[in-house]
Amino acid sequence: MIDMTDRRIINALQGGFPVCEHPFAEAAKSLGLDEEELLERITKLRETGVLTRFGPMYNAEAMGGAFCLCAMAVPQARIDAVVDQVNAHAEVAHNYERAHELNVWFVLGSDDPGRIDAVIDEIEDETGLKVYAFPKEHEFFIGLKVDA
Amino acid sequence: MDEIDRKIVAATQEGLPLVPRPYHAVAADLGLSASDVMARLERMMAEGVIRRIGVVPNHYALGLSANGMTVWDLDDDVALELGRKVGHLDFVSHCYLRPRHRPVWPYNLFAMAHGQTREEVEAKAEEIAALLGTACRAHDILYSTRILKKTGLRIAA
Repeated sequence: MIDMTDRRIINALQGGFPVCEHPFAEAAKSLGLDEEELLERITKLRETGVLTRFGPMYNAEAMGGAFCLCAMAVPQARIDAVVDQVNAHAEVAHNYERAHELNVWFVLGSDDPGRIDAVIDEIEDETGLKVYAFPKEHEFFIGLKVDA
Repeated sequence: MDEIDRKIVAATQEGLPLVPRPYHAVAADLGLSASDVMARLERMMAEGVIRRIGVVPNHYALGLSANGMTVWDLDDDVALELGRKVGHLDFVSHCYLRPRHRPVWPYNLFAMAHGQTREEVEAKAEEIAALLGTACRAHDILYSTRILKKTGLRIAA
């Protein structure tokens, strides 16, 4: 279980982690903690899976790359095997199972835009299933914050 | 971006080392000076290559287990205008127009809503539906039932 201090850390540090010699000490100050406690807590939150990542979030598009949301209709009996085949591609940044006929939803990200279509073709060849591509046509808003 | 930037990206995309001086640790691994690594990170942030530096929470671990992707079939000629309104709702975290794949997928607007329960997400979807009115022909809410992978972007050095 996470406590109030963990929640404050999660709310305060979804962005703005300092770039300096002692960033944990710096970030700890504004949270009323010390460097050692903040480091210990972030380490524990990572180990227990409360945090999926800690560090810089890179924007593939700004690096000349691309992202594409994709979905597949995977028969339940094959789902674990197909998910293994999909996830084996390094370009799969994240993947969620969702309750719908299109039940596997993943995001492909690459610094080489040409890789997106290539990986879609590879996944279709490997699985024999169609990959539906949902490239964004317009982005309205991206929120940064989850309230812990 | 030059070759050194790419090395820094490759070294940090899975996360920063959890040590008191993480940028110094990255610099030591790459044979660079810490001041160079920090200056490059600052520059990449200013250029938008880095969106932000910080923690990424797992919604499930925070009790936000109802992660609903609400999807809407909107008239194309009003989709931009209405999408902008949906994006302004404070409970919508991501909002995009995307292509349809009829017949399996008639929806062109995607809006992500997180809640502690499905009832909470459904109430949010009702608010969106009221905003869209008759321009919306159909909608659905797709709940995530399992995280299958969440590693973020990986690029080669």
